[in-house]
Amino acid sequence: MTGLMDRLFNKPSSANTARQRLQLVLIHDRANFPAGQIELMKEELIKVISRYVDIDRSKAEIAVENEGREQRLIMNIPLSKENRKYLG
Amino acid sequence: MGAKVITVTSGKGGVGKTTTTANLAVALASLGYKVTCLDSDIGLRNLDVVLGLENRIVYDIVDIVEGRCRLKQAMIRDKRFPELYLIPAAQTRDKSALSPSDMVRLCDDLRPEMDWIIVDSPAGIERGFKNAIAPADIILVVTNPEVSAVRDADRIIGIIESEEKGPAHLIINRLNISLVKRGDMLTADDVISLLAVDLLGIVPEDENVVISTNKGQPIVLDSHSKAGQAFMNIARRLNGENVPLLDLDGRNGLFKMLGKLMREGVK
Repeated sequence: MTGLMDRLFNKPSSANTARQRLQLVLIHDRANFPAGQIELMKEELIKVISRYVDIDRSKAEIAVENEGREQRLIMNIPLSKENRKYLG
Repeated sequence: MGAKVITVTSGKGGVGKTTTTANLAVALASLGYKVTCLDSDIGLRNLDVVLGLENRIVYDIVDIVEGRCRLKQAMIRDKRFPELYLIPAAQTRDKSALSPSDMVRLCDDLRPEMDWIIVDSPAGIERGFKNAIAPADIILVVTNPEVSAVRDADRIIGIIESEEKGPAHLIINRLNISLVKRGDMLTADDVISLLAVDLLGIVPEDENVVISTNKGQPIVLDSHSKAGQAFMNIARRLNGENVPLLDLDGRNGLFKMLGKLMREGVK
């Protein structure tokens, strides 16, 4: 019954935690690309990109995602609002 | 026609490979087929004790490969069935005593005599595992619904695919229904969607498995046990029958309960 209550009140169960952890671990295992290395790469990419354009560093995201059994690297790097000022 | 070779593997140790091998062999033999099971875990022989045949070993798989005995001499007949045999692993050697081509040759020699050959793989992803999958027509990956076993199963499935031995078929062993209901164990659906492979069967956690292993009598001989029924169903699916999953009452427990409430109304 506690399981039902937890689910109704949206409290994360340990099975949910296991599933979410496994989702990430399997992505990195399959790509042979550890999570820590992605962070290092992200830092370097941000440095390179910021040499050319102002970006919002705090919102930059990089991740390996699964699509079926295919893996891809997804980058999402918002440009900072500063850029617009110069344009306009 | 020649036998089909099934290899049972897992990556992680202790998830139930040997129990699965023994039970599928006994189940197929009880359906009237000629079955040989082969323990390829050199140095860590175990299939003999799970089948209760440990007192009858004279020769082993390495003796066959190195020519110290004929194939038939190393095949221990299980007297409970007309045509069930075990070829035991060598206990005092290591995995380098066998090669993948030895395994292929051995299985090819057995194929004309048998309907099914079931190979019990060692844990790990090294030589012993490569030996075990070399002769396989069908590979079964056994896992438990917990993080380390699922992670290792994913690695093994990846290797099986890259060796073009796929697709692997999944057996989820030791699903604990009450833990699943409490939200403290991955559901079968979680495991299937994480691993993205076809499911062959789900075996519930059942203390009778420990008891039957103590006695050397595979659980599938006990038709009252849920685990025994699950293994029998898996054997029948391998045999091409369309057998529905056991109702373990562990999947969608919440929805089932709500559905029941809605049908019956509140009295």
